[in-house]
Amino acid sequence: MEKFTTLQSTAVPLPIENVDTDQIIPARFLKATSREGFGENLFCDWRYDSNGQARPDFVLNNPLYSGKILIAGRNFGSGSSREHAAWAIYDYGFRVVVSSFFADIFKGNALNTGLLPIEISESFLQQLLSAVHANPKTLFRVDLENQELAVPDRGLSETFEIHPYKKMCLLNGYDDIDYLISLKDRILAFEEQKPA
Amino acid sequence: MGKTIFEKIWDAHVVATEKGGIEVLYIDRHFIHEVTSPQAFSELEKRGLPLFRPEQTVATADHNVPTWNQHLPIPDPLSRKQVNTLEENCRKFGVTHYGLGHPHQGIVHVIGPELGITQPGMTIVCGDSHTSTHGAFGTVAFGIGTSQVAMVMASQCLLLNRPKKMRITVNGQTGPGVFPKDVILYIISKLGTGGGTGHFVEYAGDVFRNMSMEGRMTVCNMSIEMGARGGLIAPDQTTFDYIKGRKFAPSGEAFDQAVAYWKTLPSDEDAVFDTEYHFDAADIEPMITYGTNPGMGIKITGRIPQLDEVSSKENFRKSLEYMGLQPGMSLLGKKIDHVFIGSCTNSRIEDLRLVARIVKGRRKAANVQAMIVPGSRQVADQAREEGIDQVLREAGFQMREAGCSACLGMNEDKIPPGEYCVSTSNRNFEGRQGPGARTFLVSPLLAAVIALEGRIVDARTYAELADVL
Repeated sequence: MEKFTTLQSTAVPLPIENVDTDQIIPARFLKATSREGFGENLFCDWRYDSNGQARPDFVLNNPLYSGKILIAGRNFGSGSSREHAAWAIYDYGFRVVVSSFFADIFKGNALNTGLLPIEISESFLQQLLSAVHANPKTLFRVDLENQELAVPDRGLSETFEIHPYKKMCLLNGYDDIDYLISLKDRILAFEEQKPA
Repeated sequence: MGKTIFEKIWDAHVVATEKGGIEVLYIDRHFIHEVTSPQAFSELEKRGLPLFRPEQTVATADHNVPTWNQHLPIPDPLSRKQVNTLEENCRKFGVTHYGLGHPHQGIVHVIGPELGITQPGMTIVCGDSHTSTHGAFGTVAFGIGTSQVAMVMASQCLLLNRPKKMRITVNGQTGPGVFPKDVILYIISKLGTGGGTGHFVEYAGDVFRNMSMEGRMTVCNMSIEMGARGGLIAPDQTTFDYIKGRKFAPSGEAFDQAVAYWKTLPSDEDAVFDTEYHFDAADIEPMITYGTNPGMGIKITGRIPQLDEVSSKENFRKSLEYMGLQPGMSLLGKKIDHVFIGSCTNSRIEDLRLVARIVKGRRKAANVQAMIVPGSRQVADQAREEGIDQVLREAGFQMREAGCSACLGMNEDKIPPGEYCVSTSNRNFEGRQGPGARTFLVSPLLAAVIALEGRIVDARTYAELADVL
């Protein structure tokens, strides 16, 4: 997993609530046996019409907006457990997703992919969306060590929660497998005493 | 202070508690399928790791398989590759694999219980959000992502934050025509799609006590649709009777010992929950969804809300536009194009029996394509034995072979753009059943009656159905 420390970037606004993982990456694109290439089909049915033409009204097709931060509406990532959703967002080039509420499985999958989910208050989310809508060139700054998301030009900032273990993993690029393997003796001891 | 059933099971599986309260949870059973496992197997190979406990891992092919001609090679090359990759990986890593053609093949959440692999008190995971289905047996079962699939393969453990505890109690007697699917759609319509987030749910009360195991599986299956990590129901005699005699269930003395342990699992009377909801069974009516998430449900005789009655106005507008519906309208009389009876929510033998009772000697409406996809080969075989498949065919339903099928439209079973499908599955998301497909979620009862009528109706108005309601 890639390390994540700080990020300064413009952002892409997606002010839609309850964005489910079937929208992020429709099931028909889950036939791959590797992790790569899902970004091509990120939000496919919102991004392209049935003839494969880009829909000009969808934000990823709007040349005004770009950047490594996706700012989305409440309850982002609900539905299917497909980690492909996090891979698609990451593969497209995003490194951070901001929302006022994330579905549990998506949040875990994002953290395991190296994509930082930042949960902020609904009012701060609305401020961020106004900022990016008013000026698509607005720069956002993410500081994982200090758990802070800021819009320096506007003097706005809010801190966010992240589990200390997951934070350590992201800062260092570690994943859970190495850690779990290091516990092998304890796992064997657990199996030993566990009733059948 | 007493413990909830969830705490009893979780606590019995904690290998270690790390700084910050994160827990190492031991997993008893790991189900895998072709879609979310290939990258996890690659991860093991990349690191040169063996699969730690292959004997606790079971594989089947379900998401991506055709539901016609399963004895022939899969026509779609990508699907074929994915299904073949699972088979090869299982051979390489020593995992039991119920692939296409195997008598135990089927939807992973249907075969686990029917084979007796799913047993009370277990921790069960699978790279699929509907793993919550197994909670019907009093298990802690939940869906995971592919990175976590790799973790369980490597160590039989996961690093997790303990979810909060929620109890949803429904007491009283449900009215005619109300099935387990209606009960869970009703609950989700009340809590919303994020109402259970961060929680593990216990369903309690008369309504769940009186349900069959199939009904309990339908309820627990959809726990994820309100955002919950999982949902469970305490095991009782109904549970023990279901498990007894199944292929991988304990037998003889071992079964009696197991039952003695299972009886210790129900929540203690003084156990405390973080969040509680109470509903009255008498308030629940047959349900149907009108929007693009499972929380957007109304009673079959109800009206779609007006714009000023909903909080997420933009979402509501977008949803209705996608569905081609207007605020305030009733769905009764709406013409439909497809009926899909299947999925890990409602594809078990009990569901097929119910549908057969309703359509016996009748014929589906001419404007409707009706498809039945049994949850497993065993369900399909049982249906054949009981003559159910014959009844359904004579009524004009297509009888398919086992798989996830049009629930998620990964294979060729897709609903065409703009067309309406009444479905017994679990999700009505935009494009879920195919790009542009429009889904109404209902119980198998409503699906069967609607297939006959070709339009949305209230099954309770048919006098001849009195004995099935």
